[in-house]
Amino acid sequence: MTHQPPLTTPDVLVIGAGPAGLTAAADLAPGQAGTVLVVDREPAAGGVPRHSDHTGYGLRDLRRVLSGPAYARRLVDRAAAAGAEIRTRTTVTGWSGADTVEVTSPEGRYRIRARAIVLATGARERPRTARRIPGDRPEGVLTTGQLQNLVHLHHRPVGRRAVIVGGELVSWSAALTLREAGCTPALMISEHPKAESYAAFNAAGRTALRVPVATRTRVTRIIGKNRCEAVEIEHLDTGRRRTVACDTVVFTGDWIPDHELARAAGLTLDPGTLGPLTDTALRTSSPGVYAAGNLLHPVDTADIAALDGRHVAEQVRRHLSGEREPAEGVPLIADAPFRWIAPQILRPGDPAPPHGRLLLWTDTFVRFPRITVRQDSGTVTTRRLPWPAAPGRAFRIPSAVLNGVSPTGGPVHIGVQ
Amino acid sequence: MTATPHRPHDGVFDVAVIGGGIVGAAIARDLSGYDLAVALLEARDDVGDGTSKANTAILHTGFDAKPGTLESELVARGCRLLGAYAEATGIPVERTGAILVAWTGEELEALPGLKEKAEANGYERCRIVGPDEVYRDLPDLGEGALGGLTVPDEAIICTWTTNLALATDAQQRGATLLLRHAVTGIDERDEATTLHTAAGDVRARWVVNAAGLGADHVDRLFGHDRFTVTPRRGELFVFDKLARPLANKIILPVPSSRGKGVLIAPTVYGNVMLGPTAEDLTDRTATATSEEGFDFLLAKGARLMPRLLAEEVTAGYAGLRAAIDHPDYLIETEPQQRYVLVGGIRSTGLTAGMAIAEHVRGLLADAGLAMRARETLPEPPRMPNIGEASPRPYQDAGLIARDPAYGTLTCFCERVTEGEIRDACHAAVPARNLDGLRRRTRAMNGRCQGFYCGAAVAALYERHHTHDGCHHHSGDDR
Ligand SMILES: Cc1cc2nc3c(=O)[nH]c(=O)nc-3n(C[C@H](O)[C@H](O)[C@H](O)COP(=O)(O)OP(=O)(O)OC[C@H]3O[C@@H](n4cnc5c(N)ncnc54)[C@H](O)[C@@H]3O)c2cc1C
Ligand SMILES: Cc1cc2nc3c(=O)[nH]c(=O)nc-3n(C[C@H](O)[C@H](O)[C@H](O)COP(=O)(O)OP(=O)(O)OC[C@H]3O[C@@H](n4cnc5c(N)ncnc54)[C@H](O)[C@@H]3O)c2cc1C
Repeated sequence: MTHQPPLTTPDVLVIGAGPAGLTAAADLAPGQAGTVLVVDREPAAGGVPRHSDHTGYGLRDLRRVLSGPAYARRLVDRAAAAGAEIRTRTTVTGWSGADTVEVTSPEGRYRIRARAIVLATGARERPRTARRIPGDRPEGVLTTGQLQNLVHLHHRPVGRRAVIVGGELVSWSAALTLREAGCTPALMISEHPKAESYAAFNAAGRTALRVPVATRTRVTRIIGKNRCEAVEIEHLDTGRRRTVACDTVVFTGDWIPDHELARAAGLTLDPGTLGPLTDTALRTSSPGVYAAGNLLHPVDTADIAALDGRHVAEQVRRHLSGEREPAEGVPLIADAPFRWIAPQILRPGDPAPPHGRLLLWTDTFVRFPRITVRQDSGTVTTRRLPWPAAPGRAFRIPSAVLNGVSPTGGPVHIGVQ
Repeated sequence: MTATPHRPHDGVFDVAVIGGGIVGAAIARDLSGYDLAVALLEARDDVGDGTSKANTAILHTGFDAKPGTLESELVARGCRLLGAYAEATGIPVERTGAILVAWTGEELEALPGLKEKAEANGYERCRIVGPDEVYRDLPDLGEGALGGLTVPDEAIICTWTTNLALATDAQQRGATLLLRHAVTGIDERDEATTLHTAAGDVRARWVVNAAGLGADHVDRLFGHDRFTVTPRRGELFVFDKLARPLANKIILPVPSSRGKGVLIAPTVYGNVMLGPTAEDLTDRTATATSEEGFDFLLAKGARLMPRLLAEEVTAGYAGLRAAIDHPDYLIETEPQQRYVLVGGIRSTGLTAGMAIAEHVRGLLADAGLAMRARETLPEPPRMPNIGEASPRPYQDAGLIARDPAYGTLTCFCERVTEGEIRDACHAAVPARNLDGLRRRTRAMNGRCQGFYCGAAVAALYERHHTHDGCHHHSGDDR
C-alpha cells in the first residue's frame, strides 16, 4: 500500500472539545508528564454550548450559571491553561489500529496514537428524516442544533412562524432562540399526555414564552414545495388531524449519540443509549479507550457532561499508571418505563459513577418515583425520590441504591413503581 | 425574467433540446460532438433537478428488459457507454453485482425463465444459485430465501454526477445551456421553430423533446396527441452509512407485472437504500413522500432484511417515473416538423441515456439533418469524486498540502471539505442553490441533515456562489 501518513503520539487523545472532553483534558494535563491532545472538527472548541446562547450552563461543575458561549470559553481557557493542546478543524475520520486514529485538518492528513483515548463526541438531535416523517422536502425544516448555529454563530434569519416538535428541555431552548431571531413559536407539540410531563422548568418557560402546547400529538406530514408552508399533526387519542401553518419547523430532542467512531472501532454499544457500553469507570469494551459526556447518555446537561470528564480523567490516570485488568462485573438493566440507563456495568472495586449518579431516561411521567433495584429474583432495595421522572430529560438516581448489589450475582434490574 | 450568463441566443440554433435531465443532457452532449449549434433548454434553475435526481441509481445490465424492444437494446448499450464514460470522467461507479432473490416457490420457478430472458438480451453471465450461496453473499438477508439469480455486472452509479458530467461536457463542446427556460409555446415556420419561454424566445431548426414528465405537454405544443405521461411515484429510504456492511450487493426482487419491485441497494456514497414503491398519480409535481409509502417500505424491509430497519434513516425521498401507455420507449421523428420526441423513458433512463443520445443522432441524420463529426473535441470533464470507492479529497494528503481548503471539513457526516464547496460554486455548471450544492458535493446529505453543518454550508455558499442572474431558490417554471 501507499505510505502511512505521519504519526503524532500524545499520551492521551481526547476526541471532542465539548464540556466532557475539555474538562477531562483540563483535569489530566497538569498531572500528566506527557501530552494531552484534544481534537475537535469545529472551527472553535467548546462543543454545543458555543452556539447555545442562553443562560443555564455550569451549575454543577463550575458552581455558577453562565451563558453557553461564556461557559464554553471558560472550559477552553481552563484546558489550555492546564497545558492541554487543543487542535480545532481536526476531524477524526477513522481508526488505523485499536489505539490509533486518522485525522484530516488544514495542516494535513495524519495519525494520532495515544496510550489512552477519551471519546467525547457528544450527541445530536434526530432530524426529520431519521424520524421518518413523510411529506415534501422544503426549506425551513431544522433541528435545534442547526437553528442555534444559524442564529448565534452565523446571524442568519429564520422564518416568521415556527412549530416546535418535541417537549424536551431543548425544545424550550429552541423557543428562546426563535423568539430572539424574530420568529414566533406558534405551537409546540409533544406526544406526552400532560403538560406536567415537562415539569417545573417548563411551566416557568411556558409562562415566560407563552408557547401553546399540543399534547398527545405527533407530526404526520410536512407541507410546502420550496419553503415550508404547514405541518399536518395528529392527536394520538382521537386520530384527528389538522394542519398548522408555519414556515419553520424545528425538530428538537430525540437524541442519538455521535457514535460513528465508537461503532467504527467495534466497541460494544448499549442498545438503549446507542452509545458505547461502559462501566462506572467509563471504560469501553476496548482497553485504553474511555468515553464521556453525551455520547454515553443522550442527552443530559452540559455540567453533567463536564463531571463525566472530571471522572474519566481520574480513570485515565489510573490506566496510564498501569492499572490491573478490571474485574468481571454485573450488568445494570433499565426496566420499562425506563428506556436506558448509563453506565451499564458495575464491577467490584470500581468507583461510583460520575457525580455518584446513575442516569436514566423515562418514557412516562412518574411524579413520585419509588426506585426498585432487583437482582436474582430478590429486591435489593427500594428508594423514594423527591423529584419526578419526566420524559424529555435525564432522570438521575443516587448510585448508592446499588450498595447492596452482589458483584458476582446476576443482572441488576432498575425499575420504578 | 432574469438573464442568463450564456451566449446570446437570438440566432438560430441547429438543434434545441428541451429538458436538462440525463436524457436531454446526453443528447445535447452527443450532438455537440458534431458541427452543430446546440441549445439545451431546462425549465428549472439547474440541470438534473427532475426525475434524474431521484432514482435508485443502478447501472442496469438490462438483463431483465423485454427482449426485442428498443429499451432492451438501448439499456444494454447504454450500460457499456456510461460505464466507459464514468471511467473517463470520474463519475462514481461501484461494480457490486446483484442477486435476484426468490422468496416463494413461484418466484423460484421463475428464475430459469429470467436467466433465459437475460440470454435473449445478450447477457450471458447470470447464474442460478441455492440459498447457501445467497446467504454466503448476503448473510444479513432475512430468513426464508429459497434461491437466487446472480447478475454479476449490475452496478451502482452516481446519478447526480452523471447528469452534471453530461451537461458540463455538452457545454464545453459548445452547447448553450439555457436554464430557467421552460418551453410554454412553439411557433413552427419553414426555416426555424420558435420556442417560447418566459426568459425569451429560442429559435432552432430542429427540436428534440426530452422533457421527461413534461414530454407529452411539449408534444401537444407540436400538435400531437399520442400519449399521456403518468407520474409513477417511487419512494425510497436511505439508511445510515453504518448500515453499508449489511448490503454489499444489490438485492433485487423477482420482477412482477407492477415493475421492478422493492430492492435493497448500496449507494456509491456508502449508504444503503430501500425502495422504490410504484404508485400511479396524476400530479406531476407530487414528489412528496407519503405515510402509506413509508409503511409499505418498512413492511417490505422487515421481510427482506430486518436488521436494516434497526439502522437510522438518513433520508427519504420520492421520484416520479414518466410512465406511458406504451410498452416501450416512445422515440419518434417527425421529419416534416424537424422534431424528435423522446418520451416514456420510465425506469431505465439513467442507464440508457447515452445510448438514447446516439439513437436520436441517428434519427436526426436519417431525417435529413446534415452533420459532420468535429475533428477536435475538448477532453471530457473530470468530475469531482463524491463516491466512496476511490479517495475523496479529505483523504488526499497531497491535495491538502497544496490547498488546505481540502483539509477543512465543513460537512462532517459526509466529509465534505470547504474546497469542494468552493469548487462547486465556481464549476462550469455551478451550484445555483443549496440543493444544487448537495448534488455536487453531498454536503448536508448526511445523518445530521444540517445539525452541525447546515449554517456553515449556507454561509460558505453565500460567500462563493456566483451571481450569474439565476435565482437561489429552487424553482420550477412549468
Ligand atoms: C440546543 C441545545 C441547547 C442546550 N441547552 C443547554 C443548557 O441550557 N444547559 C445545559 O447545561 N445544557 C444544555 N444543552 C446540553 C449541552 O450542550 C450538552 O450536554 C453538552 O454540550 C454535552 O457535552 P459533550 O462534551 O458531551 O458534547 P458536545 O458539546 O456535543 O461536544 C462534542 C464535540 O465533539 C466533536 N466531535 C464529534 N465527533 C468528532 C470527530 N470525529 N472528530 C473531532 N471532533 C469530533 C464535536 O465537534 C463537538 O464539538 C443543550 C444542548 C443543545 C443541543
Ligand atoms: C424511483 C425511480 C428509480 C429509478 N431507478 C433507476 C435506475 O436504477 N437506473 C436507471 O437507469 N434509471 C432509473 N430510473 C429512471 C431514470 O431516473 C429516468 O429514466 C431518467 O432520469 C429520465 O431522465 P430524463 O432526462 O428523461 O427526465 P428528467 O430527469 O425528468 O429530465 C427532464 C427535464 O425536462 C425538464 N422539462 C420538463 N418540461 C419542460 C419544458 N416544457 N421546458 C423545458 N424543460 C422542461 C424538467 O425540468 C427536467 O429537468 C428511476 C426512476 C425513478 C423515479
